[in-house]
Amino acid sequence: MSADGGIANVGTPGRGTAQGCVAAALDGTETARGTFVALDATETGRGGAFAALDATEAARGGAVSPEAADAPLSARVGNPGPPLWLLCELTYTCPLHCVFCYNPTDFAKTQQELSTDDWLRVLRQGRELGAVQLGLSGGEPLTRDDLEIIVAEAHTLGYYTNLITSGVGLTEVRIKALKEAGLDHIQLSFQDSTREVNDFLSSTRTFELKSKVAALIKKYEYPMVLNVVLHRLNIDHVQEILEMAQSMQAEYVELANTQYYGWAFHNRERLLPSREQLLRAEETTNRFRDRVGKKMRVLFVVPDYFERRPKPCMNGLGSVFLTVTPDGTALPCHAAKMLPGLTFPNVKDASVEWIWRDSPGFNHYRGDSWMKEPCRSCPEKTKDFGGCRCQAYLLTGDPDNADPVCDLSPHHHLVTEMVEKASAPQPASPVVEHPLIFRDRKNSQALSG
Amino acid sequence: MAAAGPVAGEGPVPPLGAAAKPALGRGFRLQWEPAQKAHVLLYPEGMVKLNGSAGEILKRCDGARTVVEIVSDLESAFATTGLEKDVRAFVTVALERQWLEIRE
Repeated sequence: MSADGGIANVGTPGRGTAQGCVAAALDGTETARGTFVALDATETGRGGAFAALDATEAARGGAVSPEAADAPLSARVGNPGPPLWLLCELTYTCPLHCVFCYNPTDFAKTQQELSTDDWLRVLRQGRELGAVQLGLSGGEPLTRDDLEIIVAEAHTLGYYTNLITSGVGLTEVRIKALKEAGLDHIQLSFQDSTREVNDFLSSTRTFELKSKVAALIKKYEYPMVLNVVLHRLNIDHVQEILEMAQSMQAEYVELANTQYYGWAFHNRERLLPSREQLLRAEETTNRFRDRVGKKMRVLFVVPDYFERRPKPCMNGLGSVFLTVTPDGTALPCHAAKMLPGLTFPNVKDASVEWIWRDSPGFNHYRGDSWMKEPCRSCPEKTKDFGGCRCQAYLLTGDPDNADPVCDLSPHHHLVTEMVEKASAPQPASPVVEHPLIFRDRKNSQALSG
Repeated sequence: MAAAGPVAGEGPVPPLGAAAKPALGRGFRLQWEPAQKAHVLLYPEGMVKLNGSAGEILKRCDGARTVVEIVSDLESAFATTGLEKDVRAFVTVALERQWLEIRE
């Protein structure tokens, strides 16, 4: 992977645990491989006069650089680089009820959200450690009325601030205030191109509102970055989705196939597309790219279950990515709370520095001593770090197993069987067999047991 | 692989004219990160960690100076000569990746 970075590269990891609103974007995965690469400018002027400038380099290859991949993984334990990506999930409150949300299904258990002061302290402590990209998500972050205060402090501290939103609640008053507070970027999620499907899948009536928000985003001179989560029920609309994006003058569109965590895992029987659907959607996307060219960049993220090698999830847990959940629990990935046997600290009880460097929860999956075969002796372990711990846990019951997406995993049949099932002719009324469970408080309480 | 950044391109990058004044692309921010001991280029949901040379060049791409002026500034700052070819090559790559743009 070259230094061209781009949202595309950040997005690719969307194959990661993140999805939906938080999407690809925040998955630290490829951030360390694609986006967070050192630009090797020496290549443009190796030798010759340019060497004079190279001599000024303060420190090539810091904690996170492509070269790090060559260092033994064990070097990461107790000696991590900075948590370059800080994701603050400000709230679980959300006006939408998306069936593919990656939030935990038991989110209703969360009683008390962090206060404004707690968040400001997290921002300061994170920045001191070297965090630089800040994601503000949820739930719907706009439901917090202190969002502008949080953004302003983040901006002052030198973060690049990214708001990941459904757009619900983004009035002109608020977008103006957020712009003034220094917000750098807005990623807007859509569920589909048609009002009916958008509203059905999010269980609300928001399509027209989102279209208005898209216009506001343009007006306030933000790049238009749309995220559309794909799955069985909308993937056949890719052409319409892309045309909608074009009519909104989107500059970047991420067609992020659902990955199966949280609510999406619960609904996976209804959401996993068939192989044929996926191929068709990719072909449609490629034709569109050829026609539109560079004016609109489109990233297409394939569901993990269709892959043969796992994603380098989070670039390895505890390497670049730090999430703080609404109640203050700090996680090395937004889905990691599910991992059994680990205790994750809370920012109300411990400093971000201790959490990142020293807490057992963050150190557990650093390095490779936790790995089992086939990962332990696999030459690719420094590339994919065994894949996603959460996926290994959800599918095999043991988070130390290889991610079963890998065809070297003895459990790979678990994903191929899912794909075969999704690709076979379907029963007439799957709705009855596997009703879609919408993400709402009542369902969450029921699933919390 | 797509070029970095949020700003959509309008086709091939035109040749770098003598009067062209490169500036950071919209949505990009350049800053020094002590934790990484490097300049980084930040953009929506992403970051490029720059090496010393790239940082020194981009720092001077302020939309006010031409490439020739940037070269001369660099040569004087680092007491050297003959940087033009390398700087032009880097600026061209950075324009392709939309880290830089030319504002008329």
